[in-house]
Amino acid sequence: MAETMILVPGRSQSQGTSLNEGKLKDEYKKVTSTAELNERDMRRLKLKDGDKIKLKSDVGQTVVTCKSKKDADLPTGMIFIPYGPPSSELMASDTAGTGMPLSKHMEVKVTKVK
Amino acid sequence: MTEATQTEAQAKDQVKDKKPAPKRVDPNAGKNVKIVKDATCTFCGCVCDDMELTVDLDEHRITKAKKACVLGRAWFYEHTVDTRPAVLIDGKEATFKEGVEAAAKILVDAKFPITYGMSDSTCESQRVTVDIMDTINGNVDTTTSVCHGPSGMAFQGVGESTATLGEVKNRADLVIYWGGNPAESHPRHFTRYAVTPKGMYIPNGKKDRTVVLVDVRRTPSTPVADIFMQVKPGKDFEVLWALRALVKGKKIANDIEKQTGVSREVLDDLVERMKNCQFGVLFFGMGLTMTRGRHFNSGALLSLAADLNEFTHFVAKPVRGHGNVTGADNVVSWQTGYPFGVNFNRGYPRFNPGEFTTTDLLSRGEADAAMIIASDPASNFPKAAIEHMKKIPIISLDTKDTITSSIAKVCFAVSTYGINTGGTVYRMDDVPITLRPAMESTYPGDQEVLEAIRDRVKKLLSGKKARVAA
Ligand code: SF4
Repeated sequence: MAETMILVPGRSQSQGTSLNEGKLKDEYKKVTSTAELNERDMRRLKLKDGDKIKLKSDVGQTVVTCKSKKDADLPTGMIFIPYGPPSSELMASDTAGTGMPLSKHMEVKVTKVK
Repeated sequence: MTEATQTEAQAKDQVKDKKPAPKRVDPNAGKNVKIVKDATCTFCGCVCDDMELTVDLDEHRITKAKKACVLGRAWFYEHTVDTRPAVLIDGKEATFKEGVEAAAKILVDAKFPITYGMSDSTCESQRVTVDIMDTINGNVDTTTSVCHGPSGMAFQGVGESTATLGEVKNRADLVIYWGGNPAESHPRHFTRYAVTPKGMYIPNGKKDRTVVLVDVRRTPSTPVADIFMQVKPGKDFEVLWALRALVKGKKIANDIEKQTGVSREVLDDLVERMKNCQFGVLFFGMGLTMTRGRHFNSGALLSLAADLNEFTHFVAKPVRGHGNVTGADNVVSWQTGYPFGVNFNRGYPRFNPGEFTTTDLLSRGEADAAMIIASDPASNFPKAAIEHMKKIPIISLDTKDTITSSIAKVCFAVSTYGINTGGTVYRMDDVPITLRPAMESTYPGDQEVLEAIRDRVKKLLSGKKARVAA
């Protein structure tokens, strides 16, 4: 069953270092397609580290690998992912007259990929 | 040290002196190396200009980057000799001249040409880019529009109480980071500028400062903070507005904690600290500009800093991402009067975010040619924009292969600013810094490519005008 969560794309150190190797290299692709979820959310969704999940927004969808984070580090209901092509897939183009698409705090539906 | 221990120590030293000194192995012995002192890292907006680089001239790469953080080291070590062709047209190798000709023709023939990127490029190159777009009545936009563009709008609305990072280092006793994670995005921001360094009025470094971090989640930056304030996602504006009210002695809603996740006690404590510090600074990141509220969030924070000047000295600074994104704002501003999202269609500059910003121009399918400089919108823009990019001719200038360069009609491989080419960049606090390149590259700098395109564009246009006149 799909569950709605808040996706927060952002920078991470490994995203920054792999970016320097090259955006078409495997390391960058791996880093930007690994999403962090709260451990309790992971248990509820019957997920373990390394499982694949589908994230779906109003405009697109993408499949990423998941990794658990402790309760203290990431609130339940929130997903963190380093910026990259998978997070862009989910971004709407409306900028509300500012030029800036909403790139953080996107509502996404999460389902386990069997 | 007492006198007795001093003599003991001296005696020990004398014994040591008699032993033959261990031979120091010079790791660079026999190698053809060059040391570049006071070089600048341009990977992030901190623009650290205290690097000491060891360059292996035979292997043509930087083998050591003293003082660089983990991101800076990756930046220096990964820029090595590349083998990709200098110019590609439709994926086929071409000469420099052919590339310039094809690019100039695309720009001159287009009805609505745009340019985007520029934040990893020198001010000198940015200046040439604006010149090109001015000449062809095109559109100029930079990565600012998808980073601190909303803050740029807020500056125009409420002003900016500002300072350099040097002032922060020497004076700030209250440092607040809002919506950012410098430990991972700007690793030396804490150690070089704002948290740990000792300053003129901050003799004990971090001990003399209170550091507050505001974010929706704990990050590797959180341990640095004395106080961590966790806000519910999308509630930054509400918290900032509540702080403004409390600073002015006004009432706030009783259910503020329920709304924002931050208790009244935490807010009151922060207000007292802000009003009573000697020199406070609010650094803010994209947690404010990329979320609901955008320019209103930045505006609320800038207003809070302004309000606090009734009580003490308080400043606010956006933490800027790319090495010269601040330069892009400066150059585009002094050339057109506006910082980003500037359109020359009518022969004079007009500024309108939402209309002349690249995400919008591409998503709405308005641009019919694009010159992308040192940036990769085909990987980080919304889908509709990327789909349109695939339909129009793209000119790409980049140091590495990217998704954008792979869909470009004309693709120039260029050398890296700060490593291979000199020039000027602006640090995130608007301080200009001159680059000291470490080694030559086989590729031209983007300035050279852009100047050649500009000259060719001007030639082609003068020919066109002559034809019209005849
Ligand atoms: S903080 Fe930024 S500019 Fe300084 S060394 Fe690290 S990546 Fe380079």
